[in-house]
Amino acid sequence: MRVMAQLAMVMNLDKCIGCHTCSVTCKQTWTNRAGVEYVWFNNVETRPGQGYPRRYEDQEQWRGGWTLDRKGRLKPRSGGRARRMFTLFSNPLLPSIQDYYEPWTYDYATLTSAPLGDDFPVARPHSLISGEPMKVEWSANWDDDLGGGPDLARRDPVVERISDAVRLDFERAFMFYLPRICEHCLNPTCMAACPSGAIYKREEDGIVLVDQDACRGWRMCVTGCPYKKIYFNHRTGKAEKCTFCYPRVEVGLPTVCSETCVGRLRYIGVLLYDQDRVTEAASVEDDRDLYAAQLDVFLDPDDPAVRERARRDGVPDAWVEAARRSPVHALISKYQVALPLHPEYRTLPMVWYVPPLSPVVEALRDSGHDGEDAGNLFGAIETLRIPVEYLAELFTAGDTEPVTAVLRRLAAMRSYMRDVTLGDPADPGKAAAVGLTETEMGEMYRLLALAKYDERYVIPTQAAAEAAALEETACSVPGSGGLDGAAPVSGPFGEASGPPPTPTAENFHALKDRQTSGALTRPQDRRGRVNLLNWDGKGSPDGLFPGRDGDGR
Amino acid sequence: MSLLLWVAFPYVALASLVGGTVWRYRYDRFGWTTRSSELYEKRLLRVASPLFHYGLLFVIGGHALGLLIPEQWTSLVGSETTYHAVSLYAGTAAGLAAGAGLVLLVYRRRRTGPVFAATTRNDKVMYLLLGGALLLGIGVTTIENGLLGGYDYRQTVSPWFRGIFLLDPRPELMEGAPLLYRFHVVLGFALIALFPFTRLIHAFAVPVKYPFRPYIVYRRRTGTAPATRAARRGWEPVSRD
Repeated sequence: MRVMAQLAMVMNLDKCIGCHTCSVTCKQTWTNRAGVEYVWFNNVETRPGQGYPRRYEDQEQWRGGWTLDRKGRLKPRSGGRARRMFTLFSNPLLPSIQDYYEPWTYDYATLTSAPLGDDFPVARPHSLISGEPMKVEWSANWDDDLGGGPDLARRDPVVERISDAVRLDFERAFMFYLPRICEHCLNPTCMAACPSGAIYKREEDGIVLVDQDACRGWRMCVTGCPYKKIYFNHRTGKAEKCTFCYPRVEVGLPTVCSETCVGRLRYIGVLLYDQDRVTEAASVEDDRDLYAAQLDVFLDPDDPAVRERARRDGVPDAWVEAARRSPVHALISKYQVALPLHPEYRTLPMVWYVPPLSPVVEALRDSGHDGEDAGNLFGAIETLRIPVEYLAELFTAGDTEPVTAVLRRLAAMRSYMRDVTLGDPADPGKAAAVGLTETEMGEMYRLLALAKYDERYVIPTQAAAEAAALEETACSVPGSGGLDGAAPVSGPFGEASGPPPTPTAENFHALKDRQTSGALTRPQDRRGRVNLLNWDGKGSPDGLFPGRDGDGR
Repeated sequence: MSLLLWVAFPYVALASLVGGTVWRYRYDRFGWTTRSSELYEKRLLRVASPLFHYGLLFVIGGHALGLLIPEQWTSLVGSETTYHAVSLYAGTAAGLAAGAGLVLLVYRRRRTGPVFAATTRNDKVMYLLLGGALLLGIGVTTIENGLLGGYDYRQTVSPWFRGIFLLDPRPELMEGAPLLYRFHVVLGFALIALFPFTRLIHAFAVPVKYPFRPYIVYRRRTGTAPATRAARRGWEPVSRD
């Protein structure tokens, strides 16, 4: 077991109103530069929909993520090392700018400089790629709110995987929003595909970054990433990606997308995981076991053995503490209401989602039923196959069972809390039916519905981690015997040999001495030292003043 | 003149190659990239780029064979006529592949709006030199070695080339070589001199380590960033900006 810590995110999709504030603030912060006009580190997709870039989920076409070879070992779907070396000179699997969208600006100058005439001057769109006038035909969220009609949404690769019978009238059935950032995977394919080794995962917080000085512009990462969340800057010729706002999280602030989220649907916290089991989990045979396998890689920070091991593996105490309070850990492992996006890509993504119950509630309400009633909801989750199957294709490789379980929990919480709010007696049976106690139900409700800023974002700073590490580098003067009460330094070669005791050990002994000795100074302390911090100002303890006879007493 | 062209110039070019590469590695790692335009256009690139690059790899291999390996060594394996045939046919094939690839690439660069917009003056100079060297190279292979019956450059050009690296330059050897060869060599060394200052530098980014590294890379947050200079000992002048 090797314990590592990672900052992870959970998004509660029930709360997303599709306002794109996260995308806009992210763009203003990170990608408002030439060369990345078309790049959205954070984007919000309407589902069902084709997504951005168009149909990125169709891995038959783009070949992102991992697959298992004949021996059951992981291999990037786009090809292993040898194949990549031989196909270095062109990468047909790279989406072209049209698959994202051709970015444009408007010729605003004509609005003021046009000569006086009968017609209003019009600012025409100009391509930011070629500079030519262009016709705007697609963008990062062209099919927002199911715009463009069912024909566009029907081309959603996830819809195509659902059985035909269910597919017929899905567009009337439901719609929800899916905000996406880089998944900061435990087993990222972009990293595996990078010929230069420029993409790395930070040991401290698991953030996946591109070393801009090491990237040589081979563009293989774009192909490798099944989420298409790594982009090619066509001006600098380097890959760029979501940074998890590392300059912010390092000092304890949430990412810009989280900070500005209007629906307050994002949670950031620490997850502890076992690095030794990552590859094993990513290579389980059945796609549908990947969710459970990844859950199994996460470690319980409340387990003393894990904490002990974490300390030995160099995870700072502040991070282990943060992991215990982590809302992400609670939603993923404790209440198990969050699910990974497309686990079948085998990258072990670290941005998870609480699937939306609203499609089910709305369907019930539309059909004239009480959408908050537990019985109705449970029944609907079982019978409304469209949303559940769709969600399963998104979050559990098509296995409807975990999705149903999550939706049942959310439905039970809704119904249970309605009783409480309306003053009816709380029904412990509703909690027990989904395997929760009443306390847990209350806590889950608080986390999902009320959680305040500091409950949603539990982010330990890097400074705290570094300070803890620095503590041990300070040293006292060798051979001085350390601080008050510490044993005189005496190594194997006599006085002053061997390493000095660490300050924490010294402080520990000093504190213990102070707390356990009854006297102000120990009478046997012939060195005559007094700890002034412990002196209450009464009397004059031995050794505070030099003796009159000059012997120090 | 002979001394200038066949002794001084090659050494200057090689110094520029080494010095320029070191400089670029230390101070411009961010600019060290393929500057790919695949995002703009990929249909033509799909054909042209592998054609050009693989052609060029064989061309480079051929140069190594012809220039670095002394004639006595190859004569141990096969006769001069065999070598000549290999050099003529394989050389022409490789040269034509690279040339055709280059023509396609330049056509693509000119005709695709965004790709042309992303072309710098530096690129144009480089294409001119590369195209010229390649054309002359195909010229010496087909005309001198093919149509005119064959010129044994391994008696003159190759020993001269090796002499440069053995610090024993013999410019008189190049005096006797046909004009086409001499032009080809001069353009070749001009290309070498400019190499580190153009996009060609991406050739030195060949990911040789990739087949041997693990797929997943972990790195600590701390550590010195590349391309920054460590503090010097002693006093440093105060910057005034």
